[in-house]
Amino acid sequence: MQSSFGTSACIRSPGSVSRLLSMASIVLLPLSLAACAGTSPTMAARRVTITLYNGQHLQTTEALVAAFEKATGIGVALRNNDEDVLDAEIVTEGTRSPADVVLTENSPPLEYLQQKGLLAPVDPSTLAQTPSKYSSPEGDWVGVSARVSVLIYNPGLIDKRALPTHVLELADPRFRGKLALAPGETDFQPVVTSVLRTYGKARALTWLDGIRVNAGSHIYPDNETVAEVVNRGIVAFGVVNQYYWYRMRAEIGVSNMRSEIAYFAPRDPGYVLDVSGAGILKSSKHQAAAQKFLAFLVSRQGQEIIGHSISFEYPIASGVQSPQPETPFDELEPNPIDVGELGTGAQAVALLSEAQLL
Amino acid sequence: MLGGDDAIVTALRPRRPKVLLGASLFVVAVVVLPLAFLLTEADGSGATKLWHLVWRSLTASLLWNTVRLTVVVTVLCAVIGTLAAYGVERTDLPARRVWAVLVVVPFAIPDFVVSFGWSSLSTWVQGFRGAVVVMTLAVYPLVYLPVSASLRGADPGQEEIALSLGASRLSTFVRITLGQARRAILGGCLLVALVILAEYGAFEILGYQTFTTEIFTEFTIGFDTSSACALSLVLVALSLVLLVGDGAWRGGGRLSRGGPGAQRLLVRRRLGRGKLPVTSAYALLVLAGLGVPVGSSIYWIFEGGAHALVGAPLGSAALHTVGYSLAAASVATAMAVPVALLVVRHPGGLHLLLERTTFLVLAMPGLVVALAISYFSEHDLNGFGHQSAPLLVLAYSILFFPLALVCVRASVAQSPVGLEEVAGSLGVRRPGTLVRVTLPLIAPGLGAAFCLVFLSAVTELTATLILIPTGAETLATQFWAYQQNLSYGQAAPFALVIIAIAAVPSYVLGRFFDRLPLRRAVAQHPRP
Repeated sequence: MQSSFGTSACIRSPGSVSRLLSMASIVLLPLSLAACAGTSPTMAARRVTITLYNGQHLQTTEALVAAFEKATGIGVALRNNDEDVLDAEIVTEGTRSPADVVLTENSPPLEYLQQKGLLAPVDPSTLAQTPSKYSSPEGDWVGVSARVSVLIYNPGLIDKRALPTHVLELADPRFRGKLALAPGETDFQPVVTSVLRTYGKARALTWLDGIRVNAGSHIYPDNETVAEVVNRGIVAFGVVNQYYWYRMRAEIGVSNMRSEIAYFAPRDPGYVLDVSGAGILKSSKHQAAAQKFLAFLVSRQGQEIIGHSISFEYPIASGVQSPQPETPFDELEPNPIDVGELGTGAQAVALLSEAQLL
Repeated sequence: MLGGDDAIVTALRPRRPKVLLGASLFVVAVVVLPLAFLLTEADGSGATKLWHLVWRSLTASLLWNTVRLTVVVTVLCAVIGTLAAYGVERTDLPARRVWAVLVVVPFAIPDFVVSFGWSSLSTWVQGFRGAVVVMTLAVYPLVYLPVSASLRGADPGQEEIALSLGASRLSTFVRITLGQARRAILGGCLLVALVILAEYGAFEILGYQTFTTEIFTEFTIGFDTSSACALSLVLVALSLVLLVGDGAWRGGGRLSRGGPGAQRLLVRRRLGRGKLPVTSAYALLVLAGLGVPVGSSIYWIFEGGAHALVGAPLGSAALHTVGYSLAAASVATAMAVPVALLVVRHPGGLHLLLERTTFLVLAMPGLVVALAISYFSEHDLNGFGHQSAPLLVLAYSILFFPLALVCVRASVAQSPVGLEEVAGSLGVRRPGTLVRVTLPLIAPGLGAAFCLVFLSAVTELTATLILIPTGAETLATQFWAYQQNLSYGQAAPFALVIIAIAAVPSYVLGRFFDRLPLRRAVAQHPRP
């Protein structure tokens, strides 16, 4: 009795079936929705839209894009990711790449694309806005903003006078367990390249070995984490770019800041200026619009947006000065290594890998 | 697989299930596509380089980090997930429907939000310690869900018999209840272990190095896809070890009910004086898993740096997230049905191998799967579908296929095949039987699969970053972009919306089980 009841209940139960059917119909709607979301620009018929592969900080790029769209009527579709991932995508996509412009945090990814022959020459009038030492030596990309490598330290854990002033000191045994490092961060590679070019491979490798020992388990994936662990007193000091400290201060408030920044000695190989830049893909079908975007980035308006943004990067073009309360750009005394010498960063990566830091 | 019954079933069904096998082969081929890519790419990096990359001192420390974390978290999840499921399903825990929803929600909170919440709370939560806390809280629902489904469907008669034969309550719990749920527990543990192998975001925030974080570093800094793929092979090898171990442990045992009759009523165990401590334990679990990330998100909205509120991007990101995730949930669930039916109803070496192979994908980082799909569309489809929504949905479906499979499979294993045979003998054709008998029988599994995949897709980050259509954003990518910029205040609203969206399927999941016909008459006490 019970068994036959159970059987028929299951076969006849219309509730379950109709629920399944309604579930299926619920599902079909978003499927088509998702498909629609994928087919891009809705207004494309009327205006030109360029695609920007953005490796830079999202808020600043969004501000730049909004101002550019307003000024020119040209639309900008954003694709955000790490600069290196975007590089890899562009190389994979080859001539079919949907990217028109690529904007990166550092020069090596642009140098890499240039080496692969994927970048188109930038308008000379655009290049003229930025001091030539901050742009591609071949004129294939233009420098947009800059940052500088510094030490972030926690005065509660280490005295300012005890900090290294020379980059080679980072490997000194007296700093064992005190150093935080993000060796995989694209911002650290220029420091390695700088040391490599100054002291040669053998010394650079010994130096990295010492650094690895000093850092111990304080190896972090990015500079944001390094800044945070130093500020929270987990590690005494670390190597970052100056703007991480300023951004952290803006976000968590001065009262929560337990850290300070310190500079390397003037022209020390550890004192490196990193240039952020933009280039246009050869494969772009919107060359004119893309050139306009680059021109906008280095224009007075674009540079002032960068200067006032929460990125705390230095504007470097059109004579705009940073309005932020940090060391003025022309008072910085970095190692005079140029973007061409910093190259694609491939040598630094190989060295870091050899030192088991990557 | 299921012992004696199945031997007879197989004997009764000499016909090869051609349609089922064909469909399953197709599904499995799609799911293992990324694996093929991995092998080709790793091969491209050359044997010498690969050897150099894998056999170095860094590998040893990464391996140690990865393995010890996997073991500790899996054990913790097994204990927490099983106990939580038992309490909700088999005791008279007060407000158990509420708990049933609340204990599932943490799974839907992205691991990187959980770690963000915890690490902003205390410096204690970092490195190995932090990774254990965060991962346990983020993934124990992977054990909870299948175990609670299995406890719901299990035959209470076995427990009653054990008790009537004089076994103690504890002994009955260990030998019968846990025995019945063993396969679900193991299945859940397997998922937990595989998910930890592939985790990225949480460890990146906590500063804990594993193979997966290293794969990301290799890929992102060196523009080096082949090295990343070579390292991923180590992960695949680790997951092979897990799968083989799991297979050896599963063994036999009978899961479906004794007779083809209606389910007996479940007797809820009275907690009595244990009510307060047990309820407190649930409260603590929910506070840790849900309260901390929500609390810290709210804190950062008010305490973060000054900035405009992000209404429009929030809405559009939420819409995209829900659209992609619903689509992926339905595709993955549909894909799981033929494979689950094949492997349970027609057990055999080849079929089992097919099923197990798909689990390898769970240990592959989302990044690698995304690269594979993107590479496939670029090189083999001439750019067709590149950066399109369907391709992203496909990636989600592949990534979370094993989750769907575990749920559907558990339900199939518990649904008596006799009912299908009765339908057949009554003249219902196979498609009719599928729709009218099989699918309703495995509906709990389908519902669980759908929700599980949906929840996972809502929180997916690394594959999304690569495959998402240009101009579109999901909640996870926006959270990540802001969190990476130290803009916690701007990141936090996205985390809260993710949690809110995740609460919906968790609620549906709880209700869905409750409204099943066989649960309708569940009472606190046995019927006289």
